[in-house]
Amino acid sequence: MKIDCTVNGRSQTVDGVWEGESLLSVLRDRMQLPGSKNACEQGECGSCSIYMDGALVCACLVLGGQANGRTIVTIEGLSTGNALHAVQQAFVEAGAVQCGFCTPGLVVATHDLLARVPEPSLMQIREALAGNICRCTGYAKIIDAVQLAALRIAVHERTAR
Amino acid sequence: MTEQPRLAPRSVVSGRVGESVQRPDAVLKVKGDFPYSSDLQVKGMLWGATVRSQHPYARIVSIDTAEALRSPGVRAVLTHEDVPGRKVYGLEIPDQPVLAIDTVRYWGEAIALVAADHPEQARRAAAKVHVDYQVLVPLTDPEVALTADAPSLHEGGNITRHVRIRHGDQGARADVVVTGEYEIGMQDQAPLGPESGLAIPDGEGGVDLYIATQWLHIDRDQLTEILALPPEKIRLTMAGIGGAFGAREDLSMQAHACMLALRTGRPVKIAYSRPESFVGHVHRHPGRLRYEHGAMRDGKLVYVKARILLDGGAYASSSTAVIANACCFAAGPYECPNATIDGWVVYTNNPPCGAMRGFGSVQNCYAHEAQMDKLAAALGMNPIDIRITNAMKTGSSMVTGQIVEGPVPVAELLRRVRDVPMPPATASGPVDLTEMPGGVSNTTHGEAVKRGVGYAVGFKNIGYSEGFNDYSTARVRLSVVGGRPRVEVHTAGAEVGQGLVTVQAQIAGTELGVSDVVVLDADTAVGSAGSSSASRQTYITGGAVKAACEAVRERVLGLAQSELGGRSPDAGAGLRLENDAIVSAKGTFVLSLATLLGEEVIEETREFRPRRTTRLDPETGQANAHVQYAFAAHRAVVDVDTELGLVKVVELATAQDVGKAINPQAVEGQLEGGAAQGLGLAVMEEIQLKDGVIRNASFTDYLLPTILDMPPVRMQILELGDPHSPYGLKGVGEPPTISSGPAIIAAIRAATGRPLSRAPVRPHDIVDITKS
Repeated sequence: MKIDCTVNGRSQTVDGVWEGESLLSVLRDRMQLPGSKNACEQGECGSCSIYMDGALVCACLVLGGQANGRTIVTIEGLSTGNALHAVQQAFVEAGAVQCGFCTPGLVVATHDLLARVPEPSLMQIREALAGNICRCTGYAKIIDAVQLAALRIAVHERTAR
Repeated sequence: MTEQPRLAPRSVVSGRVGESVQRPDAVLKVKGDFPYSSDLQVKGMLWGATVRSQHPYARIVSIDTAEALRSPGVRAVLTHEDVPGRKVYGLEIPDQPVLAIDTVRYWGEAIALVAADHPEQARRAAAKVHVDYQVLVPLTDPEVALTADAPSLHEGGNITRHVRIRHGDQGARADVVVTGEYEIGMQDQAPLGPESGLAIPDGEGGVDLYIATQWLHIDRDQLTEILALPPEKIRLTMAGIGGAFGAREDLSMQAHACMLALRTGRPVKIAYSRPESFVGHVHRHPGRLRYEHGAMRDGKLVYVKARILLDGGAYASSSTAVIANACCFAAGPYECPNATIDGWVVYTNNPPCGAMRGFGSVQNCYAHEAQMDKLAAALGMNPIDIRITNAMKTGSSMVTGQIVEGPVPVAELLRRVRDVPMPPATASGPVDLTEMPGGVSNTTHGEAVKRGVGYAVGFKNIGYSEGFNDYSTARVRLSVVGGRPRVEVHTAGAEVGQGLVTVQAQIAGTELGVSDVVVLDADTAVGSAGSSSASRQTYITGGAVKAACEAVRERVLGLAQSELGGRSPDAGAGLRLENDAIVSAKGTFVLSLATLLGEEVIEETREFRPRRTTRLDPETGQANAHVQYAFAAHRAVVDVDTELGLVKVVELATAQDVGKAINPQAVEGQLEGGAAQGLGLAVMEEIQLKDGVIRNASFTDYLLPTILDMPPVRMQILELGDPHSPYGLKGVGEPPTISSGPAIIAAIRAATGRPLSRAPVRPHDIVDITKS
């Protein structure tokens, strides 16, 4: 099967995709975008969180074929060059990264949350990230990172106005 | 030259011991650019898949690989007949077949391997390997395995080890006696990164393996036997590790990928799925523990008697060391003059069990802490006072007779968690339902919700024990790069997420006063670092880095002295390295390192050994068995829906002595993350077995704590300084996982009045459904 889609702003075509192949496998194994992670492959851990046409989805639950004609943004598409996105920078500084296997998914999910809810409450953060499992941190520093990123984005937007 | 997979570029770290220095890999990790073992790819690579047993216990009558071999894309199908060398392996006892020979002893045991062009081709072909089984009745009850007439699963019987501790007066009598039986379920480490790696044949009979493991050299040593190759023909390089927690101590796919690569002459990658990961690594031992404590009316312990039975599953793994720990720490961090402890670990047809964070000290903590609460109730004391009355202090004796040296702040840790202000009581009036037990499921408005508070304290050894020749190796190289002094640190220590890579750089930066430190890839080109286990790496590999830096520093200062000799009257005395320069005793600049070194490269390699330990006496269990002891205490506050049996952990408070926080932010991360794994075992995590078959081998069915389950952790980090260790540090990683769970269950007991002798606590343990 052939798939045409836009990934991180670039048009991509891959051929020979097996009908049962997940979008996660297509991204990781055929498009050399291994940033989305393969931790559970059944939509429980959120490590493969990506945007498809602007919606936050688990790439492991999307068939490769369903991505045909769609616009995909993965973790690799969130930063520009060497400049980290505010969410990424906050994860680094807050100590929210240990083994880091959950990190790409959490960064994408946080990116989505802050786009929808710029100043989330603690409960909104916890609810939004409830589908992302982290086995290392106990989540406290992830919450710190989300709050730090929200603050920085808010300050940045206020000064930009 | 064969193609190498892309590994993480090394970044420069600047920072000193005691600072919250950022991880050098964090930027790559937040960008999705950090190459984990499951991300590795090279051209022409094949994919391996594993054929696994569908029965927990069976004789293998025949294995037919013909159809699999004919399947599309298949390049090789291997069985035990293709194992080049020793057909069995194991960390302590080589009892586990690389591929099943004539018997399978657990559900999911590896039987055959397939390599194919595409992973799906490999999986489909694996399903076409036909194994003819003669199914046997599995032995799944460890109590039965212990009996004389049980079928023997291995030569020499089912008892992997019996540990016997006889300490003090075996006939001691007490005013008050409490007894209890406790059961601990099987916990999974569930590191998010699945077992994976890439083996690349070198075309000359050797192989390079890129792998996520906790200990490169022990993998290499086992592969040497299995592949019948000399060590120099098997080179291991660490690939990115997605967590470990003990799950990567044993071999998983290492030998399999190497065998397929050597057979096909092609690079072979194996990456487990989550369900395969559940059978691809060992788990925390389930335990059954029977305790009797005797105390005087003033609360002082007179004796403890314990019988501990751990289910080791089908193969030994590190069971013999786990049962030793379970017994050494059976009495908890209390002064107890008399002890009678027997611990057994046995073979069954359940999944093999071995290392997991806490390593034997977790199971017994549930039991000794429940016992202390029972004693408190029997004596009319409060839970803190009974513990403080009996708390170990400096110079106290273990039940093994070892005197515990250095700071032993058990009473202090307890007072500190007791004195943390309580979280606000359940709100009266309108409440946020999501903060209730049941959370977003909206199962209660607060009626029948009861609050409870519980305490627990635990301890554990840091480093390997019982005479093990524990050491680590570090190579440190100082040179000038781009006009600036640069230190390169090379060890084989596994960065599993804990922050070892940062700590190594901080130590080098501190010892050599240099800003640019790079930690090289861990590989087998340098000597062993030992395992990233037993909370030991900061101590042992940190100690090795410190020692190698000291040797480099001595040479640099010697060079400086000969360079400055005669020119400066006080050149010899008290020169130091600071801010990329030689400075005088008073700290004034003398000479830049770049100028001093020029083209010169100074490199030193050192091994670091902690003090020696001794083996437990087989009759009495008396020995100086452990290097260092680390302590932590927890207080848990829970809300329990007493009608539905749902638990909400409201808050955890902890105090832990870390000796010296080398990287305070990383230490906090260990305390928080470790507490989360303790919470998991207390209220949700359990591998559920039926007749030896795992019923919940997925993240849908095996419940892990989410961000909604984890409460805030109020931390108090004490830095009391161990006189024997580098910088006075203590291992940090495991203690948080030991007492957090027992404190939570104590809190649920306090809220419900139920005995709760089992972890994890399930809703039907709280609500007696037979009565409603």
